[in-house]
Amino acid sequence: MSESLLPEGWELVVGLEVHVELDTKTKLFSGSPNRFGDEPNTNIDPVTLGLPGALPVLNKQAVELAMRIGLALNCTVQSCTFHRKNYFYPDMPKAYQISQYDQPLNVNGYLDLPGGVRIGVERAHLEEDTGKSTHIGGATGRIHGSDFSLIDFNRAGVPLVEIVSHPDIRTSEQARQYVSELRAILVAIGASDAKMEEGSMRCDANVSVHRFGEPFGTRCEIKNVNSIRSLGRAIEYEARRQYDIIENGGTIRQETRHWDDADGRTHTLRSKEDADDYRYFLEPDLVPLAPSAEWIENVRTALPKLPAQRRVELSALTGADVEGEAVTVVVERGQDAYVAEVAQVGGDAAKTLIYVLQAFAEVGAQSSIPPADIAALTMMERDGKVTATQAKTILAEIVEKGGGDPVVIAQSHGFEAMDYSAVEAMVDAAITAQPDAWAKYCNGEEKAVGALVGAVMKASQGKADGKIVTALLQKRKG
Amino acid sequence: MSEIPRTVVDIADAVATKQIKAREVVDHYLAQIEARDGEINAFNIVTADHARAQADAIDAALASGEKVGALAGVPVALKDNLCTHGVPTTCSSKILEGWKPPYDATVVSTLRGLGTISVGKTNLDEFAMGSSTENSAFGPTRNPHDTSRVPGGSSGGSAAAVAAGFAPVSLGSDTGGSIRQPAALCGVVGVKPTYGLVSRYGLVAFASSLDQIGPFATTVTDAAVITHAIAGYDPMDSTSIPKDVPDFRSAVSAGVAGMRIGRVTDLPEGAEPEVTQRLDEAFIALEKAGATIVDVQLPSFSYALTAYYLIAPAEASSNLARYDGVRYGMRQQASDVNAMYGVTRAAGFGDEVKRRIIIGTYALSAGYFDAYYGKALKVRRLIAQDFDRAYSQCDVIMMPTSPMVAFPFGDKVDDPMSMYLCDIYTIPTNLAGHAAVSVPFGTGAAGLPVGVQVLAPALGEVPMFKVAGALEAAQGGK
Repeated sequence: MSESLLPEGWELVVGLEVHVELDTKTKLFSGSPNRFGDEPNTNIDPVTLGLPGALPVLNKQAVELAMRIGLALNCTVQSCTFHRKNYFYPDMPKAYQISQYDQPLNVNGYLDLPGGVRIGVERAHLEEDTGKSTHIGGATGRIHGSDFSLIDFNRAGVPLVEIVSHPDIRTSEQARQYVSELRAILVAIGASDAKMEEGSMRCDANVSVHRFGEPFGTRCEIKNVNSIRSLGRAIEYEARRQYDIIENGGTIRQETRHWDDADGRTHTLRSKEDADDYRYFLEPDLVPLAPSAEWIENVRTALPKLPAQRRVELSALTGADVEGEAVTVVVERGQDAYVAEVAQVGGDAAKTLIYVLQAFAEVGAQSSIPPADIAALTMMERDGKVTATQAKTILAEIVEKGGGDPVVIAQSHGFEAMDYSAVEAMVDAAITAQPDAWAKYCNGEEKAVGALVGAVMKASQGKADGKIVTALLQKRKG
Repeated sequence: MSEIPRTVVDIADAVATKQIKAREVVDHYLAQIEARDGEINAFNIVTADHARAQADAIDAALASGEKVGALAGVPVALKDNLCTHGVPTTCSSKILEGWKPPYDATVVSTLRGLGTISVGKTNLDEFAMGSSTENSAFGPTRNPHDTSRVPGGSSGGSAAAVAAGFAPVSLGSDTGGSIRQPAALCGVVGVKPTYGLVSRYGLVAFASSLDQIGPFATTVTDAAVITHAIAGYDPMDSTSIPKDVPDFRSAVSAGVAGMRIGRVTDLPEGAEPEVTQRLDEAFIALEKAGATIVDVQLPSFSYALTAYYLIAPAEASSNLARYDGVRYGMRQQASDVNAMYGVTRAAGFGDEVKRRIIIGTYALSAGYFDAYYGKALKVRRLIAQDFDRAYSQCDVIMMPTSPMVAFPFGDKVDDPMSMYLCDIYTIPTNLAGHAAVSVPFGTGAAGLPVGVQVLAPALGEVPMFKVAGALEAAQGGK
């Protein structure tokens, strides 16, 4: 958060609860497909609908993905149990959610932010998602005051992992980094597509403020934060709201608050006194889950390289800043391996990184474009066979067609390869033709170079590379 | 063939060998129902057309030389808390009004696969909560031995159906004695198998950690055959035991020579003399058959009832929360969703169900959990330890099933505590997850049946059926 938000001597404390939908074939406790965007109420069955007599059976793939998350977050994976969390809501068909309570699957981990700050992860546990309600009529879009409600149970029973951080976050920027890094990890390990806009990743923030040296303040839980940007805004608003109350002699009430992205404020949803008593008890329809040491080790061994490590490697390969946009974005897209492949076949790594950053947004992690094509293009640009602008045109065509020999494409565009000797001859001709400009340039008037370069460009009909021409002139000057 | 066989094994044999048509068997039993169920009220629904069509299909298959199931042509009555595809499943509650399950319970499809024919769904105490079948929304079932008296409960309909000759076998469910107690009061054999031996998938849950499905039959052999038929691992029930099921039928005639029968010396008092006299005679009969009687102690036994009436209602409060009028069953209209829940549940549930939901909700509530539910779980462990100690000294334990013979209507229904005491000898088996069977053993003063109960450790069905068979043989056999 911006330094000016809280005055000197005050500290913000944030803990995040992030829910992610696991990318499994089927639901957590039934064989119905786990698929987003299908016709409402098509991915259902007696278990999903909580019909009388139906029983849950735990999905092994969900457990494995949850273990991957735990291991990627440096957690201890342990024997665990499932509990019933009892509460009423029309889209909760059993009137309880099967979740993990005092013995979660993953405990005591951490996540390192790109800047090096370590955020503790208290736990990452498995639970089932609810159905989705749409309330029709009424002003608020909420159930109270609506004319009627529609329920889609496709989402009911979708496996979730809830990742609970320790209250180690101190700025809204750290909160954004945490969610962004967590998202990158989840995608990298194949646990979730983690799309906040589709709801496959949801974030609640516990926010409090206090004076340095004093105990943590009373926290409020902020819900309905639907993007990383909103998360920062919501935390900043909430911190200021709490500070203002305390400064005006008030006290903070522990409550759940709803972030309204439109008005940029948080609003009371329910106070602690109204909080549900969930009456947790051990789920009698399931048996304890005790992953064997061998299973845990197999999952650990099969974990792919995590984004932080990949960023370091890509930075080392390309010379680009490890925290810079190019490295971050390319790793996030999963295209760092491709950059390495291009370098492997002789491409210029730095140029490849820029090419991939700029032209591969729609390509995806698994590119079918032959790395050799890209490698050849980087060489052509480096050797001045094509200009940067021409290279961009060729690159776009390679990407569009899924591959292509850059030499052939260059020829088809009439991008004649300018060889050095021809350009050098033109440079010499320009110096001879414009002795005044040359003299000025040699006397340190940098601007004078423009006329000389322009002459070479004209002579080459625009095919010479301006940068190379400038370099040649520099060389002549000595 | 003019004489219709009356046992499962005889019917299956006669139909398979074409001595009699399945249709004749079904017609006979349907005629019995037609003649007398108006008075007994064992059935909530009789599926006569389905039954006849199924019988005809079996006869046609036999006529054309096709293979049929091992129990082809055997009529069976199903407790109305077992889900039957397309056939109303009411749990004798108004709240499930109009609900037809879109799926079969595993036991229902298993039995159908073996060729048995369902003749209908039997009455019960609402959601299996009760010991007299007086808590049914569809009126009480009458005891065929004396229609002024209760059949016991909660599986009173299934017990009465077999006792009245409406079906040679039926299925019930036993959470705290709901098979064994009505079996005793109706003079039939009733089995509560080991928890996890029979799949609960499709059994509408009352208390999930205690519920188990089992049969009623007129002979121990039939009970053993049906228990075997429905036993076995079901991937749809996570609590079902992944083990092969041994032969139960051969155990029935194996004898008890050398077996150690436990007699509990510190049993809670309260059994009527006519019951304890029959029990004493049963011990003598077993001794004559070559068994040894061993005195054992179960010191925590007297706490079982209290623990049960916290654990079972706690689970029930969660299991029954789904009946809210939102998705299926009865709905009473109201101004908003919370009011709708209220009026629907007020109208849909009977008094005993409401009582247990309230007790269970209270027992699980924050601040009371440890004192009630938590302590009950400790008692549950103590009872299991008591049994473990006892079974280190004996193979099975024998005690009364019910403290009393069938009692008159209205005797206990307004006094929950006296009704709850009906299950004092049956509840500990459910808390421990063990097996037990009630075997008819003579009659009391008014000529009403008395049952004795044979208890066995988890998966102790083989010794249990040995003793049950010996008790039957001692009375002249069947």
